[in-house]
Amino acid sequence: MTIDTLTEKIGEYIKESDSFRDEVTVTIDRDAIIPVCCILKEDEDCSFDFLSDCCGLDRLPETPRFMVVYNLYSLKYKHRVRIKVPLEESDAEIESLTPLWNAANWLERECFDMFGIRFTGHPDLRRIITPPNMEGHPLKKDFPLEGSDTK
Amino acid sequence: MTKETITLNLGPQHPSTHGVLRVLLELDGEIIVDAKPDIGFLHRGLEKLAEYRTYQQILVLTDRLDYLAAMSNNFAYVLAVEKLLEIEVPKRAQYIRVALVELQRIASHLFWLGTHAHDLGAMTPLFYALCEREDIMDIFEAISGGRLTPSFMRFGGLAADADSTFVKNTKKFTDTFSSKVDVYENLLTENPMWLSRTRNVGMMSKEFCINTGISGPMARAAGIEWDLRKSNPYSSYEDFDFAIPTGLQGDVFDCYMMRIREMRESAKIVRQAVDGLPESDGSPIKAKVNKFPAGEIYHSIESPRGELGFYIVSDGGKSPARFRVRPPSFVNLQGVGELMKGRLLSDAVAIIGMIDIVLAEVDR
Repeated sequence: MTIDTLTEKIGEYIKESDSFRDEVTVTIDRDAIIPVCCILKEDEDCSFDFLSDCCGLDRLPETPRFMVVYNLYSLKYKHRVRIKVPLEESDAEIESLTPLWNAANWLERECFDMFGIRFTGHPDLRRIITPPNMEGHPLKKDFPLEGSDTK
Repeated sequence: MTKETITLNLGPQHPSTHGVLRVLLELDGEIIVDAKPDIGFLHRGLEKLAEYRTYQQILVLTDRLDYLAAMSNNFAYVLAVEKLLEIEVPKRAQYIRVALVELQRIASHLFWLGTHAHDLGAMTPLFYALCEREDIMDIFEAISGGRLTPSFMRFGGLAADADSTFVKNTKKFTDTFSSKVDVYENLLTENPMWLSRTRNVGMMSKEFCINTGISGPMARAAGIEWDLRKSNPYSSYEDFDFAIPTGLQGDVFDCYMMRIREMRESAKIVRQAVDGLPESDGSPIKAKVNKFPAGEIYHSIESPRGELGFYIVSDGGKSPARFRVRPPSFVNLQGVGELMKGRLLSDAVAIIGMIDIVLAEVDR
């Protein structure tokens, strides 16, 4: 997948694009996530039908603090693209991709669990790995590596 | 007759759940109305820990992800870091890596075969399968010193070069392995009890697999011809001649057949790799690495369970700023509730088995 093709297809949504070690990354606004993924999934030349991965990223002390990173794959063309969406700490909320891929269900739950990023429209947004009574979100940079109650 | 349902906990301490998976089953008599998997019992904060360890130290953590395929985890991780560093790996090291990883695939599938058959009431295959797995573990021990968690890969190559013993032992293994697979097949493939437990159970469509993100042997059982070794070759896989078996209806039996056939193909790859092993040109088998450039990369390989990917964000420091594992078991497991609905309670065990989960990888 080249940046030129992507610009042609979703150019209006792209805020930033980057190619590093032959991997293409595009950064978009959070409102654009559903339209962009719809285009990438349905378009003949893109055909990104497989959601490989979705995860969070904490960039403390940079702002906006969080990123949600999606790795898409095309079973037809065997190419990949990475989509990044920056999110402000005060309003870490993004639309869920579950209507497009069921695969997003657990991946988004994990992202919520680890970073506290909320996915609107998610059918079952609960903690998945840590216990329900857990406080805080472990993969945030300001979450300690070791527990405070260990003496 | 009432329409009342009961809730039953399958796990977290239940032998069929292969670790600590809990499935909340809602039962109407013997029929599963709803199934909710509950995970996280084995969470060790591995991704968090990696942010506090150097790249070299993380290699040891990757062993503990999917402990039945530690070599594959090592392999995926070093490939990802090598992509970040732009290191060229010597051809000889690439071939040894392929041989090791394919041996690991066979070992992992053998363990799966034994335990899966055991779950469904067939005791014998376990004893047979573990014999050959033991041979592979011995090969690993001879070359790396470790059996379950060898930590043998290094950036730019391997911890040590392979010697003639490795080549000899591996050839000895591949000479007889195909006939051993025939023995397993004799026990199961046409066994009427095996067929009644696995045929038409947990059927998956292609669309279901793609939508749920299912990869690896499960996706191929459903008829998706997708294997990262062929579609996006890495580490000289394009040099080897092997087939990608695919199934038709994605039931438990197809998943079984996929793994049986994959073992045969893997043995072929191992043989080709050791037969065509390039001679050492005297250059070191690993690279000295101190500086890691800033950037982000995602690299995935075909692990025994599916697409195993590492997404690493580097800020130029000694440790990654973000270390993310794309665990195949985790994603493959999320379809389990859907597959169990409407089936009998006894099928639940078969369906969990067909995924080939390793909970250490699911929970990380």
